[in-house]
Amino acid sequence: MTSLPKTTQKKLGLVTDLDICVGCHACAVSCKEWNAGGHSSPLTDLNPYEKDPMGVWFNRVHVYETDDGENTRTVNFPRSCLHCEEPACVTVCPTGASYKREEDGIVLINADTCIGCKLCSWACPYGAREYDSDDGVMKKCTLCIDRIYNENLLESERQPACVTACPVGARHFGDLGDPDSDISKLSVSRGGYDLMPESGMKPVNQYLPPRPRKNLPGSTGVKQQVQNPAQQENKASSANGFFAWLDKTLSSGTAG
Amino acid sequence: MPPSQEFVDTSPKVSDEIKYTTCYMCACRCGIKVHLRDGQLRYIEGNPDHPVNKGVLCAKGSAGIMQHLSPARLSAPLKRVGPRGSGEFVEISWEEALQLATERLSAIRATDPRKLAFFTGRDQSQSLTSYWAAQFGTPNHAAHGGFCSVNMAAAGLYTIGGSFWEFGEPDWEHTRYFMMFGVAEDHDSNPIKMGLGRLKTRENTKYVSVNPVRTGYSAIADEWIGIRPGTDGLFVLALVHELLRTHKIDLDFLLRYTNAAWLVRDEPGHAEDGLFLRDVQGHPLAWDRNSETAQSALSPVPSLSRSPALSGEYELSDGRRGRPAFDLLARRYLAEEYAPNAVAERTGITADTMRRIAAELAHAAFEQQIELDIAWTDWTGRKHNKMIGRPVAMHAMRGISAHSNGFHTCRAIHLLQMLLGSIDCPGGFRYKAPFPRPCPPGPKPSGKPADVKPNRPMPGPPLGFVSGPEDLLIEDDGTPCRIDKGFSWEFPLAAHGLMHMVIHNAWAADPYPIDTLFLYMANMAWNSSMNSAGTIRMLTDKDPATGEYKIPNIIYSDAYASEMVSYADLVLPDTTYLERWDCISLLDRPISSAHGPGDSIRQPVLQPDRDVRPFQEVLIDLGARLGLPAFVKDNGSPRYPGGYTDYMVNHQRLPGIGPLAGWRGVDGDQQGRGEPNPRQLEKYIANGCFWKHDLPANQLYFKHANRDYLNYAHSQGWIPSAQPIIMQLYSEPMQRFRLAAQGHGKLLPPEHLKSRIAEYFDPLPIWYQPLEESATDDQDFPLHAITQRPAAMYHSWGSQNAWLRQIHGFNCLYLHRDLAAELGLVDEDWAFIESHHGQIKAQIRTMTGCQKNTVWTWNAIGKRRGAWNLDPAAAEGEKGFLLNHLISELLPQKNGGRGDRMSNSDPVTGQAAWFDLRVKIRKAEAGEEQSEPQFEPLKAVAGLRSRPGILRFGEKFLPRNSWRRKDKA
Repeated sequence: MTSLPKTTQKKLGLVTDLDICVGCHACAVSCKEWNAGGHSSPLTDLNPYEKDPMGVWFNRVHVYETDDGENTRTVNFPRSCLHCEEPACVTVCPTGASYKREEDGIVLINADTCIGCKLCSWACPYGAREYDSDDGVMKKCTLCIDRIYNENLLESERQPACVTACPVGARHFGDLGDPDSDISKLSVSRGGYDLMPESGMKPVNQYLPPRPRKNLPGSTGVKQQVQNPAQQENKASSANGFFAWLDKTLSSGTAG
Repeated sequence: MPPSQEFVDTSPKVSDEIKYTTCYMCACRCGIKVHLRDGQLRYIEGNPDHPVNKGVLCAKGSAGIMQHLSPARLSAPLKRVGPRGSGEFVEISWEEALQLATERLSAIRATDPRKLAFFTGRDQSQSLTSYWAAQFGTPNHAAHGGFCSVNMAAAGLYTIGGSFWEFGEPDWEHTRYFMMFGVAEDHDSNPIKMGLGRLKTRENTKYVSVNPVRTGYSAIADEWIGIRPGTDGLFVLALVHELLRTHKIDLDFLLRYTNAAWLVRDEPGHAEDGLFLRDVQGHPLAWDRNSETAQSALSPVPSLSRSPALSGEYELSDGRRGRPAFDLLARRYLAEEYAPNAVAERTGITADTMRRIAAELAHAAFEQQIELDIAWTDWTGRKHNKMIGRPVAMHAMRGISAHSNGFHTCRAIHLLQMLLGSIDCPGGFRYKAPFPRPCPPGPKPSGKPADVKPNRPMPGPPLGFVSGPEDLLIEDDGTPCRIDKGFSWEFPLAAHGLMHMVIHNAWAADPYPIDTLFLYMANMAWNSSMNSAGTIRMLTDKDPATGEYKIPNIIYSDAYASEMVSYADLVLPDTTYLERWDCISLLDRPISSAHGPGDSIRQPVLQPDRDVRPFQEVLIDLGARLGLPAFVKDNGSPRYPGGYTDYMVNHQRLPGIGPLAGWRGVDGDQQGRGEPNPRQLEKYIANGCFWKHDLPANQLYFKHANRDYLNYAHSQGWIPSAQPIIMQLYSEPMQRFRLAAQGHGKLLPPEHLKSRIAEYFDPLPIWYQPLEESATDDQDFPLHAITQRPAAMYHSWGSQNAWLRQIHGFNCLYLHRDLAAELGLVDEDWAFIESHHGQIKAQIRTMTGCQKNTVWTWNAIGKRRGAWNLDPAAAEGEKGFLLNHLISELLPQKNGGRGDRMSNSDPVTGQAAWFDLRVKIRKAEAGEEQSEPQFEPLKAVAGLRSRPGILRFGEKFLPRNSWRRKDKA
């Protein structure tokens, strides 16, 4: 079984803001598009124009409704490899094909030594591994390893494709091992959390929870709540009251 | 075991060529960078410098590669040889195709140009297509706006001189309170997503979504208001009631920028009752409280701006009597019928919620006022040292427009914005150039009987804006001049025409038969029509006497084998968006932002490998072959021998004004106006295929009344003069129609339309029950049925896309779990859904984020089997479905009512009322797991490529010796 590095110099990963993800799939398709011609090329699509098309995707977006009685909520949830610190998908690999890089913590698969046994996909509790049956090997998110260091791209473009494409700005990339990095500070300030910490695999990627909704009286700063006029005593005729106020306001010259 | 060593190339070559162009995977017009390797598509990403998307790109845009490589691409002109719908075509040469079209169209033009009906779908060249139609001489032209947005476009243009959709935008940077009405995922989609991300991450900003369904944008709202469909107008007018009742309105704004103070004649029964009182110059009058006289409301004298009356009744020295428009408005909406308590049950929103939202709006507008330290000068010359904003912004789209009460509901939203003083101020809704424009708008439509003559262009464009009965396109006996009955007594303000009625009316020869239906990029034989099955029957119906098709000739242009292709007689194959020139023009639907005007182009990134031509190129060629004056020189030779690029650069609509505004003038140093520049396209390409002008800070807001902005807009030809745009709370054109319905004036509506016009042409916003709903029994059809727009699919286009169809491969009918429980339905059950018009079968899914009396599905996912070169067994056809089969293009006949049923449309504008649909549902017991109705699978048309069973896109970019390359052989 494959060993892990004792430590990694960096913990590169993603932070995804579930408060603003609208579930538009921009991340999923830009990922597909880049990676189809990238390090793990191709991301084969079986039956692309037939019944039951089935392709390799490194990033999939799910839509859930949370349900705690009356307060239900719709959550859009993009899912990809979390580049765990202690990934069972690596340790379970019988050939050493699945590995975690010492220099940046990215979990990769060596397609030349992968035998397509799928033990890793059974071991991954996050369902992040994608088997390409046409190539007979496992594939997965590479954190766009062929973008983030790519000297043929502008410095500003050296980001995973999903981060660059995301229209709402819900995706962030950086070194989560460096507490002073922007991404670490963002994660801490917003209460970033491990997905399914019970897996014990210490995922590097973090999710930011939805913020509290401003949907209750007073949440935007309105101090006095409006009474139901039907329950108010001395209810003046609203039209008469309004025109008296209007006259007074125009006469006082506060308008204009 | 240690990991096996692997060499990872972290700096592979990305591309050997990058070309910039404009996306066309939806109507958003984002800038894209297309990476090519070895002349092949490698990667498409957003252009970081582009004003629309600033580097981001949506799922559709990223899937552009698969659209370009779709096996549904047409490959050569086709001539029908079997019956319509059989899919039997032969490939012909372009010369033969163009000759066929020219012969037929020439004969029409020489006899009765109206017999050509030329309608286009979601194209972005409407200024060219409408110009061509006018040159041809037919009034029967429109784009698809009549079934998309026209009631909101008209409501905006007649009310505030600008509109929602992508013609305006919230001030994302400054707003503190943002309200979105209805589904909006398909236009301006990246700007809205970027904006939502921006405001949601500010602590002090609230986002409210008013939508019966909580998906997409609504999922991230601070507050989701699951309103009952079609009642948004009631909700909005209840907010208006609350703001008036609590005295939270911006009187400054109303006095300065609206017609609140204009005197409305108050003499019931008089021929001018309800019109504005005017002076001898025709200027509207306001009552000056100081002098106690009526004075011109347009006077720039500052003293008047402080003292006009907003209430009361006044008698002029000549005896005419009137009230300020605001007086009428306040009286109407203060009435208890608009109070939250009165509308709560109908809207499904509690009165407490409505009162709270009104208070929050007022709090944001008046207690969180924004002041920007930017000096500006208003149209009267008064200098202001700050720009003061009311940071409440609103946005609305189909949730309003797809209802037959959408015109008035949209006017109600604009009324709410005006009361809050939040139009084109910091934090509010902002205009995008060339808007705002004068209000009510111009020009008027051409197509009156005298405008249409054989072999003659019409004097003006077929679409426009009427301001009274005298502008209608009607015969002496009152019958409509247009095949779609736009600008007739049935749909007077039909500013975009009624594309959804063309096939029905042409089939019925009502008001007259046509010869040729010429369509571009409009899937009318499927998802773009109401009553799709009936539409197919009309397209194939023959006159028993002659054996000829009732619609004798159909010419269709599309890039792909859509359902409509099979019903054409002549198919003109278009290119993909990466193979063409285009211009996204200020004459049409530009890429402007609130920060300034902009336009853009598409350039061919790749050359077509099929015998296809860009439609615009073909249209210009046809124009020359037909001898349309604007498309030929005096000697009869083509005016634009270089085709579409020649037109883009050299056409001048007005002196110095052409399709593109950037780099004009022989030296390319002029903007907006200037001589054609032969190197203009090079300049666009060098700039990433777009042009923009950033307005100086003092022109950024209050554009309707900002002297410097108005002067600039006038200099660019966007407005006829630099006069202020005065917003119309009270709409006089509406009242003109109402007076006609009351028997005043020379032109009177036919008897059977009088009460309809009197009711719906109210000069102030009203709410009425959607027409289909009011004509069906609540007991029979107790539920609303609507669609939502998936962010990853644009109309029908995406199903041919190998990647996008893996995201939305089929659709279900969604409903609230409580409703499902009442109906005895559980997830994945199949159910029959029935309307007054028909029945469909679909699979259901339950959810909680859905209004309890509403069912919904994704738009246009269902496909006819065999279309788009998909396997007939594909889920889009087997399980996917359309609500269109339940929607009639005609209103139900209530209680054995009149035989000539009216169109299922907004009675003011003719906008198709897709979302008025009412249904009932019952469980489908065990049976085939297949949606209904089903039709014979369409046959693949000639020239389509075979579908690959396995798609290994991208492998060719692997090293040549990689074992993963299977393309080597």
